[in-house]
Amino acid sequence: MNTHAAATSVKQSIVVEAPIARAFEVFVKDFGRFKPAEHNLLGVAIAETVFEPQVGGHIYDRGIDGSLCRWARVLAYEPPNRLLMSWDISPRWQIETNLGRTSEWEVRFTAETASRTRVEIEHRHLERHGQGWEGVRDGVGGEEGWPLYLQRFADLFARPTGR
Amino acid sequence: MTYDYPQFTTLADPTRRAVFELVAERPRSVAEITRALTVTQSAVSQHLKVLREAQLVRAVPKGASNIYHIDPDGLERLRAELDRFWGKTLTAYKAAVENTPKEEPQ
Repeated sequence: MNTHAAATSVKQSIVVEAPIARAFEVFVKDFGRFKPAEHNLLGVAIAETVFEPQVGGHIYDRGIDGSLCRWARVLAYEPPNRLLMSWDISPRWQIETNLGRTSEWEVRFTAETASRTRVEIEHRHLERHGQGWEGVRDGVGGEEGWPLYLQRFADLFARPTGR
Repeated sequence: MTYDYPQFTTLADPTRRAVFELVAERPRSVAEITRALTVTQSAVSQHLKVLREAQLVRAVPKGASNIYHIDPDGLERLRAELDRFWGKTLTAYKAAVENTPKEEPQ
C-alpha cells in the first residue's frame, strides 16, 4: 500500500486480485462490510451501511434504533472506473451541514491485468474543514472541542492495520 | 450542537486562501509567497498574520526571516487520522474482494 499526498489531501492505493468490474461492484455493494465499524456518528450501533449507487444518492448508516446518518453524497458514479463522494463530517466528528465546509473523496479503479485491479483513494480539499477547527480552537478549545473528537478518532484507528 | 464564530470567514477571502494553499503545498517564506502572487509583500504579511491567529499556519524562524508551515495541530492531525482511516478501509476492502468466491477459474 502506498501513502503519498499533498498537505491538504490524503492519497492511498491498493492492488486487489479481482477483475475491475468486480472490484468496483464489491466496493459499492459491500461498503458497509469493510468500512471500519467504529466509524459511527450515530449514538447507537450501526445496523447497516447503505451506498446508494447513483449520482445524488448518499452513503448512510442506519442505527439499530432506525436512526439515519447520511455522511456522504454521491457526486459521480461511473462504473467500473470512478466514484466521487463528499465527506460531510466535520473535524468535530459531527455531520457538516454547510456544504462549503465539506471535503471530497475520489475512488479510481484501473485494470492492471484482466484479473488484477489498482484501487486509488484520494481524499482532498481537507482545508475546507478548517473553519471547523478554527471555531472550536478559538471559541471552545481545551478538552471539549475538536481535540476531543480527533483523539477519539485517533484512538479508533491507532491499532495496527497490518500494513 | 453547532458553533458560529467570525473566524469561519478566515478562508473566505480568495487571496488569503491562495496564500494558505501555497503554504499547504510546501513551507515557504513571505518573499516566496509574494513572488507567486500578484499582491504586495505587506498584503501577504497581513494575510499570514490572520492565518496565524486562526492557527492554520505557523511561523518557524529561519535566519533573518520566517518560514510558514501548516499548523501541525490543525490540518496535519486531521490528515493523519484520515490517512489511517483510509488505510484501514482499503486493507479490509482487499480482504472482502479476495475472500469472496470468484466465478472465473484460476
